[in-house]
Amino acid sequence: MNIKAAENEVQATDAAQKKIVNDFSMVIATVNGSGSQTANLALIRALFRMGIPVSGKNLFPSNIKGMPTYFTVRANKDGFTARREKMEILIGMNPETFDEDLKDLVEGGVCFYPDQFEVPETRDDVVFYPVPVKQIIKEQNPPRTLVNYMRNMVYVGVVSEMLGIEIGEIREALETHFKGREKSVELNMQIVDASALWARENLFKVDKYVVERDNQTEGMIMLDGNTAGALGTIFGGISFIAWYPITPGSSLAEALQSHLPRLRKDEETGKQTYAIIQAEDELAAIGMIVGAGWAGARAMTSTSGPGLALMAEFSGLAYYTEIPIVIWDVQRMGPSTGLPTRTSQGDILFTRFLGHGDTQQIMLIPGNIEECFEFGWRSFDIAERLQAPIFVLSDLDLGMNLWMSKPFDYPDQPMDRGKVLTAEDLEKIEEFARYRDVDGDGIPYRTLPGTDHPKAAYFLRGSGHDEKAFYSERPEDYVANLKRLALKYETAREYMPKPVIEETEGATVGLIAYGSVDPAVKEALSRLATEGMKIDYLRLRAVPFTNDVQEFIRKHDRVYVVEMNTNGQMHMLLRLEVPDQATKLISLAHNDGLPMSAHWVTQAVLELEGGNDGQ
Amino acid sequence: MDNKAGDKQVKTKIPNEIGLIKADYRGRPSTLCQGCGHNSISSQIVAALYELSIPPEQIIKMSGIGCSSKSPTYILSRSFGFNSLHGRMPTVTTGAVMVNHSLKAIGISGDGDTASIGFSHFKNVVRRNVPMVYIIENNGVYGLTKGQFSATADKGLELKDAGVNPFMPIDICMEALISGAGFVARSFAGDPHQVKELLKAAIHFQGTAVLDIVSPCVTFDNREGSSKSYRWGRSRKEPLHDITWVPKREEIQIELEPGEALDVDMHDGSQIRFRKLAHDYDPTDRMSALKLLEDSRNRGVLITGLVYINEETPPLDETENLVDLPLTQLSDDALRPSKETLDAFIERYR
Repeated sequence: MNIKAAENEVQATDAAQKKIVNDFSMVIATVNGSGSQTANLALIRALFRMGIPVSGKNLFPSNIKGMPTYFTVRANKDGFTARREKMEILIGMNPETFDEDLKDLVEGGVCFYPDQFEVPETRDDVVFYPVPVKQIIKEQNPPRTLVNYMRNMVYVGVVSEMLGIEIGEIREALETHFKGREKSVELNMQIVDASALWARENLFKVDKYVVERDNQTEGMIMLDGNTAGALGTIFGGISFIAWYPITPGSSLAEALQSHLPRLRKDEETGKQTYAIIQAEDELAAIGMIVGAGWAGARAMTSTSGPGLALMAEFSGLAYYTEIPIVIWDVQRMGPSTGLPTRTSQGDILFTRFLGHGDTQQIMLIPGNIEECFEFGWRSFDIAERLQAPIFVLSDLDLGMNLWMSKPFDYPDQPMDRGKVLTAEDLEKIEEFARYRDVDGDGIPYRTLPGTDHPKAAYFLRGSGHDEKAFYSERPEDYVANLKRLALKYETAREYMPKPVIEETEGATVGLIAYGSVDPAVKEALSRLATEGMKIDYLRLRAVPFTNDVQEFIRKHDRVYVVEMNTNGQMHMLLRLEVPDQATKLISLAHNDGLPMSAHWVTQAVLELEGGNDGQ
Repeated sequence: MDNKAGDKQVKTKIPNEIGLIKADYRGRPSTLCQGCGHNSISSQIVAALYELSIPPEQIIKMSGIGCSSKSPTYILSRSFGFNSLHGRMPTVTTGAVMVNHSLKAIGISGDGDTASIGFSHFKNVVRRNVPMVYIIENNGVYGLTKGQFSATADKGLELKDAGVNPFMPIDICMEALISGAGFVARSFAGDPHQVKELLKAAIHFQGTAVLDIVSPCVTFDNREGSSKSYRWGRSRKEPLHDITWVPKREEIQIELEPGEALDVDMHDGSQIRFRKLAHDYDPTDRMSALKLLEDSRNRGVLITGLVYINEETPPLDETENLVDLPLTQLSDDALRPSKETLDAFIERYR
């Protein structure tokens, strides 16, 4: 075929001996807007259906067409699916970045590329497979409008053939993707089959990477966190959503928009049992859900950092007026533009105190897809129980990328609508006072607008009110109210999801992390274990912290706090929680826009622990 | 909860159709300045709702921040109220009425609240046609922060501390019209009868009913020459028509000579009756309405009355195709799909 292919042949015997099964990171480098999504999804879904643990991460620019985009598929027999800093396989479809992309390939890595690209001299340690994309497309002659998409199906066919991805599973994946539109499936499969055949007849397998059927994904599902979160809120009885478009928060609201009509239509009338409004800005979005939450509905918005910044005033108002609402913050880097489509855990401190005055907000932090679903419904129970805004802090990596998950558990308890007094309840009591602590837990009783009883009404305003919600500027009223709110925040701890703790016999070192860094941490801990390091792991799932967090810190000699921001935001909150233990807490904070890698965590711990070992 | 406060002012103890007396519609004593236009509007809201026999529990009184936004406290103590954030009243109201469309929302805003900080919310609530009465108590000045110009202040107006205003005023009725409002009224706090009739009609309008009411600020903007002063309102007021809201049941009882009045049917079966005055004005024609506003500005007069009425645009709850029962009253079963539904639905992610 050409010189590269001939060189490959020589290495063939070598490779066969050292084959690497189900363990690689594959990067598909394309130009954004070139329609590679169908092809990429077909590859990852086929691997998933073959029983191999996978993850799919889309690294995309803040742009619509023309800039480089990367889709990374990590397949790993041990179930580690965090981002890898290096790749084993490159599908280089972007001529602009081709030379640069090659740099990240490991020694012995593989590169598939359109045969018109020139291969630089720099990587003679890499196996190159040139693919005649143009020629295959020309021969198959797909409809002119689909040529761009079909070009991507060429690499699907070639890569499948060379790695051993079952073509039958590619077909199944396409059938899922096109939801039974047979014609589209056939068109794509024609290119896939032709390309696979071409590879069989023209390429010699000389690299080490192969795929073999396994059974590790049996019963599992694969989706993104925003879709999971949206489904969670639907099964949590959401009835009002207001939102404003922002990456990466939009796709949560859009998932609601696409699934609610199917799941929440009144069967008799065909009418909606929910309302969804695309607001004029984030101020309006949160204002609307505050109104809806006050009126007694389960109301939510989804946003990201810049939107959250605009929601600050209403967040404080909702805290002081004690209105249950749920705000999903799918975190990204910020502010403004530059890295808006990159992931981060940078809103922790901002959210914790969001609002002016003495606000203390509640955060739920999902660390995987199941928890996105679970916190989706549970957040409403907690919000209505505590009569408070609940912030669910996800991030772009968890929210928009493809993760494997166990199928979702149906909510294990009926909806908790909290302390609401009906007209009948009001009939039985002497007096209703909206902000009186009747039960001693800091949580007052509320009535819903429209409750048909002369005692029901109250007037809501921000900071200055007495127990009966009357306007008050009396110092003692303000102080008493804030004291009750502080007590309520203590009560809130009981309702928070507990952290997930993984202990190792004999460990004296601890590590705390949260959210989407979980896979990277788990992989790092496994590597550190092979170095003989015993480390206990606590994954936070909520703020305020439950008592387990304090206990965990107290019983370890030192505790690393791994997180994806630069200032070590959770580290700061933990130090506030246990000031007498503050020096034990060591911040391992890192954020460069990319999802956390096991390599970074391993290195960071090794560097510090190595020092300790030496002493 | 606090009816005693209003007892002294009770002028009538005659129960209305639902057995409530006027005091049942009153609020707490006003803390606004003596003579403030807002107090007179508050009185008319109380009177209108009492006369309409609407249960106070069904009403939500909504506001933002400012002198006008304080006034919900001074009406309807038996109604739920929400004194929210500066400019954001329309957003909070949207959420509340969408999840419970049996509530009657009365939003009370001011010119700072509506024409500056919350301008986009005002335009969008109108565009969406959220079912609510949207009152703007328009005095051209920021009262609560002591006398700064608002966006509706006259060009060339001179105020004690603020100096001379160099900018053209925003015309709230014009803005409502071009945003697609179906009910646009302008009135004057010094004309209580018209305010009351407009309010009655507004409450029976199915979408957003905008009432831009010139409501003089006696402390900061009641000077000679200000278009927001009592003197200007009284001397330059030009009512478009004599307006009466007619409930459904009275339809046949009132008889008029042909050509004397125009009746506009409301969605709920009631009517607005316009008796002709000096103007020959058709409030159902949008172009005439725009022309009228522009013309009255050029002539330096305060036209009052229902500038425009059109019920063709459906209210937001209809656009959203909501079930008849308020969303807040749906059972848990209606809100949470079954386990079988979940198990079947997630198959698509395998």
